[in-house]
Amino acid sequence: MDFWGQIDWMLVLKAFIVGGLICIIGQILIDKTKLTSARILVIFVTAGAILGGLGIYQYLVDFAGAGATVPLTGFGNALAKGAIEEVQKVGFLGAFMGGVKAAAGGIAAAIFFGYLAALISKPKMKKQ
Amino acid sequence: MEPIETKKQYQEYVNQKSPNSPILKNCFNSFWVGGLICAIGQLILEFCKYRNIELTLSNTIVSIILIFISAFLTGLNVFNKIGKFAGAGSLVPITGFANSIVSPAMEYKSEGYVMGVGAKMFTVAGPVLVYGISASILVGIIYLIFNTQAITLV
Repeated sequence: MDFWGQIDWMLVLKAFIVGGLICIIGQILIDKTKLTSARILVIFVTAGAILGGLGIYQYLVDFAGAGATVPLTGFGNALAKGAIEEVQKVGFLGAFMGGVKAAAGGIAAAIFFGYLAALISKPKMKKQ
Repeated sequence: MEPIETKKQYQEYVNQKSPNSPILKNCFNSFWVGGLICAIGQLILEFCKYRNIELTLSNTIVSIILIFISAFLTGLNVFNKIGKFAGAGSLVPITGFANSIVSPAMEYKSEGYVMGVGAKMFTVAGPVLVYGISASILVGIIYLIFNTQAITLV
């Protein structure tokens, strides 16, 4: 197929390395600080939003593609970037609309597929 | 065994008994699993590029596909095994966000579909959305006031 010839394997490798490094930061936080996973996710999203707001995170996205957008920091970055873009378009109200608008697909998919998956799952039975 | 009297003694006792987590091995596993998830995301992105789909839309497609996969792997009790092995490797990517929605929903299914599944879905995802969205609003307002992204100005 023509598609496989057109893949930018260098970019895939960069995504692998950068994504892996971001996960290592999370792993070190888990092992060294005993933070709960909820706190770690919150820290990553907030950090991504701040770095995105400062315009730093975009450099990482340009460099590593999905390696920067797939981790939750990328989710935070998408929220912040969306807010800024919407402020540019509609002003003050944009701050309240842009973030969720940019992340709408991910949030809606997570809620919908999450609900479906919980419905079809069978609770684990403990063997007596 | 000597009786434990102070909090400090108890902490020492716990530290002594709890297994040392092999941090290097954990980091290695989380590196390659997390990296692999991101590389799969990049492959989907490459496919979107091949089909001439716009980049912001492509990023949404990647998120949705990864969320779909991880939600159903969690429902089938597969994801928890990956999570135990990979630690942050499967937690930090968007897959961990989907997993954090499905696993409490499954756990509290017996409490009903509204207050069980519907409410407990957000035990972890709720805080993530609260802080993420609040931060984005603050970023928007700060941008409005200073009309700049601090770093790009420099």
